Amino acid sequence: MSPEKDISRRDFLKTTGIAAGTLVGGGLIGGLVGYNMPGKGTATLEHGQHGTATEETGSPKAKMFFMNQRDFNILTNATERIFPEDDLGPGAKGLDVPYFIDHQLAGQYGSNSKEYMHGPFGEGAPTQGYQSRLTRAEIFKQGVQKLESEAQNRYKKSFNDLDGKQMDEILTAFQKGEVQMSGVTSALFFTLLRAATLEGAYSDPIYGGNRNMDGWRMKGFPGHQMTYITQIEDPKFQKIEPNSLGSH
Amino acid sequence: MATTLPSVDVVTVGVGWTGGIVAAECSKAGLKVVGLERGQKRGTEDFQAIHDEYRYAIRYDIMQNLSKETITFRNNRNMKALPMRQLGSFLLGEGLGGAGTHWNGMTYRFLPYDFQIKTLTDKHYGPNKLGPDYLLQDWGLTYDELEPYFDKFEKTTGISGDDKNPFSGKRSNPYPTGPMKMTPMLEKFEKAAKNLKLSPYMVPSANVSEVYKNPDGETINACQYCGFCERFGCEYGAKSSAEITVVPTALKTGNFDLRYNANVVEILKQGNKVTGVKYVDTVSGEEFIQPANVVVLTSYVFNNAKLLMVSKIGERYDPATGKGTLGRNYCYQILPGAVGFFDEQFNTFMGAGSLGVSLDDYNGDNFDHSDLDFIHGGNIALTQTGTRPIGSNPAPPDTPAWGPEFKKQSIYYYTRSFGIGAQGASMPHKENYLSLDSVYKDAYGLPLMQLTYNFTDQDRALHKYISARAADIMKEMGAKTVVPNAEITDYNIVPYQTTHNTGGTVMSLKPENGVVNNYLQHWDVENLFAVSAGSFAHNSGYNPTGTLGALAYRCAEGVVKYSKSGGSLV
Ligand SMILES: Cc1cc2nc3c(=O)[nH]c(=O)nc-3n(C[C@H](O)[C@H](O)[C@H](O)COP(=O)(O)OP(=O)(O)OC[C@H]3O[C@@H](n4cnc5c(N)ncnc54)[C@H](O)[C@@H]3O)c2cc1C
Ligand code: SF4
Repeated sequence: MSPEKDISRRDFLKTTGIAAGTLVGGGLIGGLVGYNMPGKGTATLEHGQHGTATEETGSPKAKMFFMNQRDFNILTNATERIFPEDDLGPGAKGLDVPYFIDHQLAGQYGSNSKEYMHGPFGEGAPTQGYQSRLTRAEIFKQGVQKLESEAQNRYKKSFNDLDGKQMDEILTAFQKGEVQMSGVTSALFFTLLRAATLEGAYSDPIYGGNRNMDGWRMKGFPGHQMTYITQIEDPKFQKIEPNSLGSH
Repeated sequence: MATTLPSVDVVTVGVGWTGGIVAAECSKAGLKVVGLERGQKRGTEDFQAIHDEYRYAIRYDIMQNLSKETITFRNNRNMKALPMRQLGSFLLGEGLGGAGTHWNGMTYRFLPYDFQIKTLTDKHYGPNKLGPDYLLQDWGLTYDELEPYFDKFEKTTGISGDDKNPFSGKRSNPYPTGPMKMTPMLEKFEKAAKNLKLSPYMVPSANVSEVYKNPDGETINACQYCGFCERFGCEYGAKSSAEITVVPTALKTGNFDLRYNANVVEILKQGNKVTGVKYVDTVSGEEFIQPANVVVLTSYVFNNAKLLMVSKIGERYDPATGKGTLGRNYCYQILPGAVGFFDEQFNTFMGAGSLGVSLDDYNGDNFDHSDLDFIHGGNIALTQTGTRPIGSNPAPPDTPAWGPEFKKQSIYYYTRSFGIGAQGASMPHKENYLSLDSVYKDAYGLPLMQLTYNFTDQDRALHKYISARAADIMKEMGAKTVVPNAEITDYNIVPYQTTHNTGGTVMSLKPENGVVNNYLQHWDVENLFAVSAGSFAHNSGYNPTGTLGALAYRCAEGVVKYSKSGGSLV
């Protein structure tokens, strides 16, 4: 971007504020996305504009929700067990899935803001679905701490210091609902964790996961393509380089 | 205090497919129409960044905001109903276009058998085929009577299709546009079906195959097979929906006033007529009364029933006594099928919402049920709607749900596996119904709609039989592993199934069997109409909107007639 444009953008923000509706075009929308990311000032706006992180812009890889590194590492290790690195490509960690989940927990997803969260809360049958009084943010926070206390109970070690097999054993216990949690079952926490891991691996990189679109690349999913009208009838499988919504 | 607004001829509650059709036809006929839509304005221009699976397909960005309103659910009367706190089994619409903005567009006509299901079932199999707990009834209108309205809806929406279905009711016209493109996957299915002496045809599609101008002068563009269709709006204006067809048609007349953020909370009644509706402006919080000569409920199955119940119009169904018609005959659909795993790779990620090949050999009464313990059946199809990576992680049986093996298998089979699916018809049962919840409330203080529903023996038998037929086809297609869908037990509101809810405000030939007559006019209140799939006396083995669109045109005709003559239309 030219310095001139940079200045006008900065002036624009100074004089009109971010909520101004008149200049909404592709550029500003990019800017608004950037504005919601960690980092500072105009540089962040440019970061949003280009959709890729550069050295000087600061990285979106920072915690918005988890408050300490231990908890974040537990999340990282647990998701990596669910979706591990292998010869096909990166796992949850390499795809930045933990950052994706962390950022989601800090927003609407974490606060269940589009869901019915009024009481009374009853336990319900499995056919009646999610009935917890807790938000996803609360469930993840408790769940991650429970992964830790379960590790301490079983092995007198931090979850982060366990070997893979031990982690799997604990995750399996969560999956089966065998770990006591408050206001929610460990099985529901595990279901959320597994789903969020896949969401982070395969959502558009604009959300901070699926780093470098490698999740899509492994799977053969081309992401955002405008049209397949000329390929849909082709008898051959089409290998298409993926494209993100952030790359136009 | 509510502000009373100037009176109009017609008010519709909700502006999706049904509201849009009623608004277009009434405003073209010169009536002044107000459309009250609880959601926001939206359209093609808002879908430029729509290829976002996470936002739209997983987090349901353009669907109903449940923090304001949901339903409660239980499997049977002995359970405590609890709120559906998150969307799952079905995806309710909100905003201009309703669920029709993010539908697939498969646009079928129900079978002639459906409209006379009671008469024809009794005739073929005697009066006790299913037993007295099933509340089968004729619809009060035959296929042939509805044919002109089917034709009209197909022309408005430009449906793409071939005319190769031998089981279709009589058609007065071919489909307005030619069929969608054939793909390698679909060809395989077609060939296998033919080998098995079945009768495949292209799914009738509202993702239009070529640029089409409808009789009202609205243009629908050509589908690009972009693979982000089901659960998404179309960035090309190529998926027929109310906001690109009937809504602009209504607005062009100058007779249609469309108000957003307008949540209707009550139908106002005086004596044996309604006088209008009360609504809340969800932005300002103000209350308004919109007087109207005719009120048309077009707010989908649940809210059509709910608004009648909270406004105390009609007798609510009581399963203990069998009395009352409001809330009765709630039906859904069951999903038999079979998944196939191949070593060959397919372009599964390409597709369109209604791209597919289907067959009706096992639908309706198209096959003999003498030795079977169920009636009806389902349309069996292979569709290529575009699978996406978060939602689609197929793995052969016995693969763990996470870890290295899961990753490997789900990545390998993402492009090497697909399912043949059927839409199993659903028969009304005396224990499946809609009522008002006595505990939980919506954001406006009204009780939530309560759903009491479970699968029945009829469903279980049908599911098993049709899954085996789907598996036969999958084997013939050469899949190396074929897995028929697991037998069904209890209905579960968590996993997505279909947004094909029906019943509750049933149409009928006689007042004692339903809520509305065959003009969708309320049996007790002549200036009140209610149209939705809630009008269906049972659910067939197809997607509902082709039949629903026809009923909406029928309803609109009724409203125009009534506005001239008054009185009961039947
Ligand atoms: C993912 C998906 C795929 C589908 N695919 C198909 C398909 O392939 N083929 C098919 O036939 N059908 C399909 N359907 C179903 C189809 O979308 C519906 O049958 C159709 O949209 C119903 O139209 P309607 O007008 O009855 O209701 P809606 O489209 O839901 O419109 C009702 C409107 O009323 C508004 N409303 C509700 N309550 C109030 C109130 N109190 N006050 C004011 N406004 C209110 C809502 O906001 C909404 O906009 C699909 C649905 C979904 C969700
Ligand atoms: S598949 Fe076709 S109709 Fe559907 S969203 Fe894409 S272009 Fe539009």
